[in-house]
Parts: sequence; C-alpha cells; structure tokens
Amino acid sequence: MTTAAATTSAFTPRQEFIDGAREVLPIAIVPVIFGLAFGAASIKAGLDVAQTLFASATIFAGASQFVFIELHGQAISAWWVVLAVFAVNFRHILYSASLGRKMAAFSALKKYTAFFFMTDPTIGTAERRADTVGLRPAFYFGYNLFIYALWLVATAAGAWSGRLIEEPARFGLDFVLPVYFTVMVMGFRDRPNWLPVVLAAGITSTILFHLVGPPWHISLGAGAGIAAAVIIAKTPATREVDDG
Amino acid sequence: MVEGFGGTYGLIVLLATVTYALRIGGDLVLSRFKRLHPRVEAGLEAVPAAVLITLVIPPALTGSPAEAAAIAVAVIASLRLPPVSVLVLGMAVLIAGRAAGF
Repeated sequence: MTTAAATTSAFTPRQEFIDGAREVLPIAIVPVIFGLAFGAASIKAGLDVAQTLFASATIFAGASQFVFIELHGQAISAWWVVLAVFAVNFRHILYSASLGRKMAAFSALKKYTAFFFMTDPTIGTAERRADTVGLRPAFYFGYNLFIYALWLVATAAGAWSGRLIEEPARFGLDFVLPVYFTVMVMGFRDRPNWLPVVLAAGITSTILFHLVGPPWHISLGAGAGIAAAVIIAKTPATREVDDG
Repeated sequence: MVEGFGGTYGLIVLLATVTYALRIGGDLVLSRFKRLHPRVEAGLEAVPAAVLITLVIPPALTGSPAEAAAIAVAVIASLRLPPVSVLVLGMAVLIAGRAAGF
C-alpha cells in the first residue's frame, strides 16, 4: 500500500496544496459553525475580542477552548483549567505517534509546524492520504491552513456579532463531524485487525462515557482498541509459522 | 476569574503550550527509537480508527434514534459510495429523522 507513494510523485506542490484544501469542502461548514459559537460564547464568558482571537490562534483545539471559557469565569485555580485542557487534548499524543511515522517527506521544521495544525479531521485525512498516494507537506498544509483560516475568521465574526447560533441542531450541524468520522473510520477498513480494533474502542468508550464521563472515554476507549491490535498482531515468529 | 498565571493571556499561552506539547509528544517519544517492535507498529496502525470511532459511537448512542440511524446508514453506504455522498446521505437521514420527531 505505502509503496504507491513512490510512484505518484508527479503531483506538483501547488496541485497537492489545492487537493488538500479541496478535501475540506464537504466539512467546511463545521469550523465555521464552531468558530462562530466559540467567538460568541467567549465574549459572553467575559473575554474581549483580542483575547478570544488569541485563544483561537494559539490553542486551535475547539473542544478544549470551550472548556477553557467555561472554567474562565469561575474562581478556581488555573491548574484545574490546565488539567481539563490536558485531558480533553490528550488524544493528540496518539495522533502524533501514529502520523509522525508517515511524515518522511517533511523536514523537521515542516513536521513540527505541521503538528501545531493537527486536529481530529486531520488525522483521518492525512493517514488516508498516506495509505493511498503518500503524504506530502503541501497537501497537509493545504488541508489544515484552510481549516485554520475558517476557524479564525469565524471566531472573529462570532466575537464581533456576539450572537450565539440559534439551534444548530435544527440543521443537524451538531452532528456533521460524527458522520464524517464514520466515513473516515470506514476508510481504514483495509488495515489489519480493523474490526476488532473498532469494536474494542467503540464498546469501551461507550461504557466509559456512561461510567466515567467525558473526556477520558476518548483516550481510554482508543487505548482499548490499540491494545486489541497489539495483542492480535502477528510478530515475526508467528508470521513464519503462517508462511511455513 | 481564574486565579494565577498572569491573567487571561498568561493562561492562554500556557494552554496553547500544553496543547502543542501533546500534539508533538507522541512523535517525540517514538522518534527516539530507530526500530519499533511489530506489536508497537500494529498498535500505531490502529490509532486513527481507534480514536475516531470513540468520537462516533458514544454520541450516536446517547442521542435520539435519528443519530444512530444516520451512523448506521453511513457505515453501510461507505461500502459502496464515495465519502462525500456518504456524508450527504448520513446527514439527510439525520435531518429527516429529527424532523419526523425521532
């Protein structure tokens, strides 16, 4: 699968960048909606426009930014905010562990710049790209810079208008990402042990969601899926037995 | 107001630093190893599907039947249709389901 990467280097960086940006289009509404909502909610929580934009520009992780403004107005130690954001964003450790191995075409500078822009949709799109034609920087930045730009513009618009989006649920906008992630998960079904991984992670995260609550059901649920892959994996020893 | 870390800007810088550290953390640890054990490799190959499914199943099962139906249709449609069509179809099921009062 990954050998296809070497044969299709005919793409120009410009074409790769455009390809990456184009991949955003089906979900372009999502960063816009969440950005508008974050901007408005942040002003309501007592931050000013500059602080709100600064948060979106430097943290660039939607769910954890909502946690931040939720806790901002409360008389608690800042360490609790840090701990909450750490918990919500913990899954990114898994993302960089996996995606880092697919970034052979990135210089060190590009790689560590790229990680700043890594989000949930990024991991699905970039890993899929690595599985098919190979992952190159221009594609990665085309995809993520487009999302980043939408996120910042929408944050600013939401902060200035100060109006929360009324009932995003009416148009199903609150559920675009789960459907999109479903498509992505299905896109990985050719990978080894895909079904046990998905079952272990899906079931464990659902149980933990009810027992422990968010956000740890994400990282711990994913951990169960990864553990399933580690346990089932064929090591060189078992592979020899199979081949023989 | 939250107490500590030099006001709102100081706290935002800290949160951004923590988030970036998590974004590079996995790679920093793994890139220290020249070769990975096959089981570790297998675990890493499982990461995208393992994490992304946890962002699907709990919200699908805690919502109305419309959410669960949208995901179920998306799974089946993915076997045949390209991603954008699946997304449109799944959203159509969700919106129709919610409009019908499920």
